[in-house]
Amino acid sequence: MINRILLYAVLSVCAAIMLTPMIWLLAAAFKGNEDLFSYLFFSPRPTLHNFHKLFESIPFMRYMVNSFFVSGIVVMLQLFFSSLGGFALAKYEFRGKKYVMLLMLITMLIPGQVLMAPLYELLFKLRLLDTYTGLVSPWAVSVFGMFLFSQSMKQIPQSLLEAGRLDGLSEFGIFWNLVLPVCRPMIGAFCLISFMGSWNNFLWPQIVLNSQEMYTLPVGLSQLTGLLSNEYGALMAGTLLAVLPVGVLFFLLQREFISGLTAGAVKG
Amino acid sequence: MSKRISRWHIFRHTSAPYLFIAPFIIMFAIFYLYPLIKSLILAFYITVGPKSKIFVGFDNFRFMFHDPDFYRAVRNTVLYALGSVFVQLPVSLGLAILLNRSKYPGRNFFRFSFFSPYMFGSVFVAVLFGVLFVPHFGLVNKLVAFFYSVDIKWLSNPKLVLPALILTALWLYAGLNMIYFLAALQSVPKELYEAARVDGANALHQFLHVTWPGIKPVAVFVIMMSTIGSFQLFELAWVMLDSSPGPDNAGLTIIMYLYQSGFVSGDLGYASAIGWVLTCGLGIISFFQMKVTGALSK
Repeated sequence: MINRILLYAVLSVCAAIMLTPMIWLLAAAFKGNEDLFSYLFFSPRPTLHNFHKLFESIPFMRYMVNSFFVSGIVVMLQLFFSSLGGFALAKYEFRGKKYVMLLMLITMLIPGQVLMAPLYELLFKLRLLDTYTGLVSPWAVSVFGMFLFSQSMKQIPQSLLEAGRLDGLSEFGIFWNLVLPVCRPMIGAFCLISFMGSWNNFLWPQIVLNSQEMYTLPVGLSQLTGLLSNEYGALMAGTLLAVLPVGVLFFLLQREFISGLTAGAVKG
Repeated sequence: MSKRISRWHIFRHTSAPYLFIAPFIIMFAIFYLYPLIKSLILAFYITVGPKSKIFVGFDNFRFMFHDPDFYRAVRNTVLYALGSVFVQLPVSLGLAILLNRSKYPGRNFFRFSFFSPYMFGSVFVAVLFGVLFVPHFGLVNKLVAFFYSVDIKWLSNPKLVLPALILTALWLYAGLNMIYFLAALQSVPKELYEAARVDGANALHQFLHVTWPGIKPVAVFVIMMSTIGSFQLFELAWVMLDSSPGPDNAGLTIIMYLYQSGFVSGDLGYASAIGWVLTCGLGIISFFQMKVTGALSK
């Protein structure tokens, strides 16, 4: 009994520490300037002033649309390339397979920033700097995604594939009509992980984009810290709106998300 | 006729994997392998933006190892990484162990609340914590004031920049690593604990002889991944310190050093050299981590 009380006490303190910044953010977004620091959390006079100020200062909604567009494209590209590649690795024997696996392992140990300079030079030569194509194409393939799909597709029974072949399906038909539907939970998990990665990506858009109207949310919002250094309220309103889409997805797909994250680590 | 069809089938079957993996490999070659090799070449050049470059041999590396800013960046990054591994991971493991006990009401709520900070991207966390760490008015200092009446200047005191970053990272990543540990703990067979209890093993013995061997592969993975991740610290520090390396370069990290030389000063060659020094350093560290934990012997 005492054990149990102790357990709940420790857990509650930890949960409070984790949740407090989020609750403060929610409260701060609706507090006026004069209330921001005078009330610890919620003020009795909620206001939308911060949001007005935010929309006046930067084209916030434009950034949000940009972010949705860029992240959506990245998710679709990664899903296509990774699931197809993962299927090949999981269900076929072919020459060079070992090397592909080895290559994938090595990339996990190489920090991606080593590629930034040469990628910048490459995009310059291809005249893709300051374009969405340039922003998206280096992220079109995800080694993590291919690994995830190959792990989950290994569990699909070979008999399902054989049945498809007997029915006269082409190999791609088997992938499209039989394998993908079975992998639906993993697809959901992967989409969320990949969407979050792209939504929160900062360094690459910061390097590639020059035109302000093309900025994604992290880049746009980080500019705001300098622009409105004393308007903390507007800054908090922007942060709240920026994390909201991912937060909603996250809340709805929590279980799939966790299973996706751990699939690679625990089984592999 | 039927023979020809079956041969066609066999051909389709054997060519399929190559066709399926080709799009991935082609994109990977253009946007990963080519830049990777290119960066190895660029590391021996000085460039002015992407347009002109001069071959300088090992000068980039020579300059780097004589630049006090580089040592500052390495020192900060290493301290931050140590903070992540030795503060964050024990907390994550502790939380996971608490959650792994038999089912009790509210368990899912706790799991969700520990994990939920991870939905914030690091830029947004940086903006939020930049405000939470404001001197005097900020929430952190107000909470500190309950216990101690001091006003801590977190982000303008060079000595406190790294602790502030480590605390922020603790909040952001503790739950993520907890998820990995929790998954590993759940894969340890319950019967082993029963057996240990019958043998009279106390909690510490159970942890050392049952839990730790069971979760070790995942623990090694988590330690390696958080080390690699910590060495890539950039936007959390950069945005929290108002797009700067902080007071007295207290928040200068290796990637920040790379970003500034490559994309503020425009020397892509030097940036590549930094990238390779980081890669080699991480390679050595990962190797030692595997060696010490015995992950290589299996």
